[in-house]
Amino acid sequence: MIDWPILSVVTFLPLVGALFIFLVRGDDEVAARNARWVALWTTLVTFLVSLLLLPNFDPAATGFQFVEKKAWLGDIASYHMGIDGISLPLIILTTFLMPFAILASWESVHKRVKEYMIAFLLLQTMMIGTFCALDLVLFYFFFEGGLIPMFLIIGVWGGPRRIYAAFKFFLYTLAGSVLMMLAIMAMYWQAGTTDVPTLMEYGFPSGMQFWLWLAFFASFAVKMPMWPVHTWLPDAHVEAPTAGSVILAGVLLKMGGYGFLRFSLPMFPEASAFFAPVVFTLSVVAIIYTSLVAMVQDDMKKLIAYSSVAHMGFVTMGIFAMNEAGLQGAMFLMISHGFVSAALFLCVGVIYDRMHTRQIAAYGGLVKRMPLYATVMLIFTMGNVGLPGTSGFVGEFLTMLAAFERNTWIAFFAATGVILSAAYALWLYWQVIFGPLEKENLKHILDLSPREIVIMAPLVILTIVFGVWPAPILNMTSGAVNAILARTDQVTGVVKTALLLSF
Amino acid sequence: MYQAIVFLPLLGFLIAGLFGRVIGARMSEVVTTTLMVIACIFAWITFFRVGFGGVEVRLHLLDWINVGNLKIDWALRIDSITAVMLIVVTTVSALVHLYSMGYMHEDPSRPRFFAYLSLFTFAMLMLVTADNLLQLFFGWEGVGLASYLLIGFWYEKPSANAAAMKAFVVNRVGDFGFLLGIFAIFVMTGSVMFDEVFAQAPSLAGQKITFLWGDWDAPTVIALLLFVGAMGKSAQLGLHTWLPDAMEGPTPVSALIHAATMVTAGVFMVARMSPIFELSPIALDVVMLVGATTAFFAATIALVQTDIKKVIAYSTCSQLGYMFAAMGAGAYSIGLFHLLTHASFKALLFLCAGSVIHAMHHEQDMRKMGGLWKKVPFTYLTMMIGTLAITGFPFTAGYYSKDAIIEAAYSSQNTFALYGWIMTALAAALTSFYSWRLVFMTFHGKPRDHHAYDHAHESPLVMTIPLGILGVASLVAGFALYGVFVGSDMHAFFRNSIYLGAENHVLHDMHEMPKLLVLTPTFLMVIGFVIAFWFYVLDTSVPVKLAQSYNGLYRFLLNKWYFDELYNAAFVRPSIRLGRLLWKRGDGTIIDGFGPDGVAARVVDITGRVVRIQTGYLYHYAFVMLIGVAALLTWFMFVGA
Repeated sequence: MIDWPILSVVTFLPLVGALFIFLVRGDDEVAARNARWVALWTTLVTFLVSLLLLPNFDPAATGFQFVEKKAWLGDIASYHMGIDGISLPLIILTTFLMPFAILASWESVHKRVKEYMIAFLLLQTMMIGTFCALDLVLFYFFFEGGLIPMFLIIGVWGGPRRIYAAFKFFLYTLAGSVLMMLAIMAMYWQAGTTDVPTLMEYGFPSGMQFWLWLAFFASFAVKMPMWPVHTWLPDAHVEAPTAGSVILAGVLLKMGGYGFLRFSLPMFPEASAFFAPVVFTLSVVAIIYTSLVAMVQDDMKKLIAYSSVAHMGFVTMGIFAMNEAGLQGAMFLMISHGFVSAALFLCVGVIYDRMHTRQIAAYGGLVKRMPLYATVMLIFTMGNVGLPGTSGFVGEFLTMLAAFERNTWIAFFAATGVILSAAYALWLYWQVIFGPLEKENLKHILDLSPREIVIMAPLVILTIVFGVWPAPILNMTSGAVNAILARTDQVTGVVKTALLLSF
Repeated sequence: MYQAIVFLPLLGFLIAGLFGRVIGARMSEVVTTTLMVIACIFAWITFFRVGFGGVEVRLHLLDWINVGNLKIDWALRIDSITAVMLIVVTTVSALVHLYSMGYMHEDPSRPRFFAYLSLFTFAMLMLVTADNLLQLFFGWEGVGLASYLLIGFWYEKPSANAAAMKAFVVNRVGDFGFLLGIFAIFVMTGSVMFDEVFAQAPSLAGQKITFLWGDWDAPTVIALLLFVGAMGKSAQLGLHTWLPDAMEGPTPVSALIHAATMVTAGVFMVARMSPIFELSPIALDVVMLVGATTAFFAATIALVQTDIKKVIAYSTCSQLGYMFAAMGAGAYSIGLFHLLTHASFKALLFLCAGSVIHAMHHEQDMRKMGGLWKKVPFTYLTMMIGTLAITGFPFTAGYYSKDAIIEAAYSSQNTFALYGWIMTALAAALTSFYSWRLVFMTFHGKPRDHHAYDHAHESPLVMTIPLGILGVASLVAGFALYGVFVGSDMHAFFRNSIYLGAENHVLHDMHEMPKLLVLTPTFLMVIGFVIAFWFYVLDTSVPVKLAQSYNGLYRFLLNKWYFDELYNAAFVRPSIRLGRLLWKRGDGTIIDGFGPDGVAARVVDITGRVVRIQTGYLYHYAFVMLIGVAALLTWFMFVGA
């Protein structure tokens, strides 16, 4: 076992790096270069340290592991950190993706490099903290705090309409977070604590559960994002720099799903069961609606952003199916989508760096000059459409199977996503990669550089390895998933007996 | 050895795909082809060992998905129907690899081509050796991917890209049904492993499943959903539209994927799932209805097509209809028999067509051919063999398998038995007509394009050897294997790999058909030949006049019953319109209008000021968020104090 506070180290190590960058003086060029290298090394070391969690993690153990608890804010809240099988894969995903985000910004970010890197490192601390926090106040601090650097990344280093996008992002998340804050206060009044493990066992009265569930839902649904509060995402993606999109799609979108699994299901099981049909409906609408919208996009990033919303529809569907296949599938899909969509945004970034446009119509026939790029893009496209053998399939399959067990209509409509995703993804691939290479300015475009190959290779390998052998992730999550299910089943079982008794 | 059959093609794919540019085109060809030939030899050994030796194998490779009571492995299952598929797939694939060395010799992207061919073969072998439904689905989608890549191989042609995408998407429509079928099986039996599903199958009889708006007979729902998948992959009526377009791919691809192997995956799947299909007479009725209708429908279109590959493509579609008719009749082994013989003669026809196209410098329009038999005598000879076999000339391969299907359709218990018999028998006449029309237009008469004719030449040896081998197979496969697939040895050969219900006596009954009816298909075949001979050799003005006097019908057939137009109007364009509507109106006007934009506008109204949103303001928002977080913390500190 590890006898030092590993979670705090992983969480705050990026902050140390940020501090270093902040203190670095010198003329602009040198400072920028130093900032890049410090950021890269910080994220790499953080990743390596986070890997130490894996051998020491016991997936079969109940409860939280690597727990740290310190007094904080008087008697009310405490600095309580700990992880289980649901947070661990998300933490590894975060630490894994960060070096890619830094590398992707290597040559494309020129202005205010220092501040840019500081923002990313700060963001990383907030994201890891979100997944580690076991106290509602601490969670809220990380959860909302993470939005600030993201907001700045979009607003400062974004595209031409960055202000609009950042503003929209802000409005949506503000609305959600205010409600969640009220809910947290209410929970404190009711239960007298903000300690997450305690609250999981607390059992709120039914009437209260519904309101609390709705308040949390408002926040998580925006983060997910679920239809109809998804419209900030396409704008945010389009305006964000490549690395911003990578982290947004790769990690930030998972916070909503994580929130449902960590809070909504175990703390408000009755309300979750009650509202499940609503979530199913919204999920299915999201899958079909956003897939159709994705088909008519002419901006690559928008297309992928809409496809992300559709995939998150599968996640929410799986979570609220509230059975093992559903939760496991949702977790797996979140992880898989984390690196597949991140990879797709990186792919867009590769050609954006060369041509400075994301318009689909500006490309065509790239395979002739960029065969390596075409291959890599094909693998991620297939991961995105959920081809068996890629990691995208396992999660989609499990969530649809889970939904089928609940209600065949949901599975029926969700499965149309299988057709629609093929339509938009292959259309994009065709327009960009295939066709004759006719445009003058594309005729000298270069294939992946060594730096880009280093970025893509691990993502390609993961996409295929986890498609063929998903066991590492599934085993990691199964214990925690079953713990949640034990909680929801127990309650829904009670409800059922109560219903039977009332007759 | 069994692993080698499946994974040698994967190895070939990896070598040619990853190192193709390093080792060069010739080396890539040699490596992939050699590995295929080795796999093929192993497959034949397996065929004899499993089919006749009675050995059945199940090899566990790796755990795949293991969630709760859902346990799915990667495993190889080799029983008799797998063994049959193994020899079909590896043999045709090896021959096509060899043939492609000649056919593609001018193409600069040969390593990529051979890599795709091997990738396809690997996926197809995973499909036929699957031990559970999900692994079958893996192979199913894998061949779809390879097919997509190979149809769009000449990626500079817009038509090839469109065809590739269409193939993938239409297949996904089938997959939609397939996936739901897998879910239904899991819900009813608690497993997707074949052994467990089949063990439970008998208890499914009479059980109900809730699906959409009602409770239905479980085996019927499962079988029909799976059949939707089969219809997509095997290009049956309604989901057939991708197959003719798929001819945009290089001809060896058409021979391997779109004639001999991938498109027969649906047939294989139905045979594999016979324990479920046997429980549902309704599902079998549907299979028969769709199969027989497709057999007839596709043949009518083939009558008037002028592109040599399109004729053969519709012919494939029609022959697949025959196979499904056999499945619907409950004569699974006969369907597989036709799958095997069809693989040999249809691959032969395609490769011959390829040889002609090669000779004509990539001309595919039959109206520009004619009189070629002198220029390409060996191709002509093998094409004749293929044509005899497909039309069911006595003692060729098609004679045994196709006539057996027509007889089985007649003798089955199926509601549509008579319909099936009439359709398949009529299709036999049409098959004979269009096949001979193709031969006459291409090889006989006077050359219509003298320039191309003068430069026409016989293909090199690497291309003619596969033709020769397939030619021999098309002649002997029928009588050599009739006993095993149709006759008395059937049960000894297939054992438990095909399940026949207690009521299913079709294999027995068909031998007691009236002799006159048995001869009908042969008779119709002769009629087809005579008319083709009259139209395209004796008096070539007749078809033109006929087309003029029945212009409506002619146009209807020429435009393929207007399926593409119908689908474009009913699905493709509305989806795009709907997508645009949801985007502009739904996301734009409604959600954003009432949501963030609206809120912003109201704020502007209230303050009565024009909000000049610029970078400066950005920090204000960040500050507001910071204050929000700080406020909460303060509140807690205040309460705690």
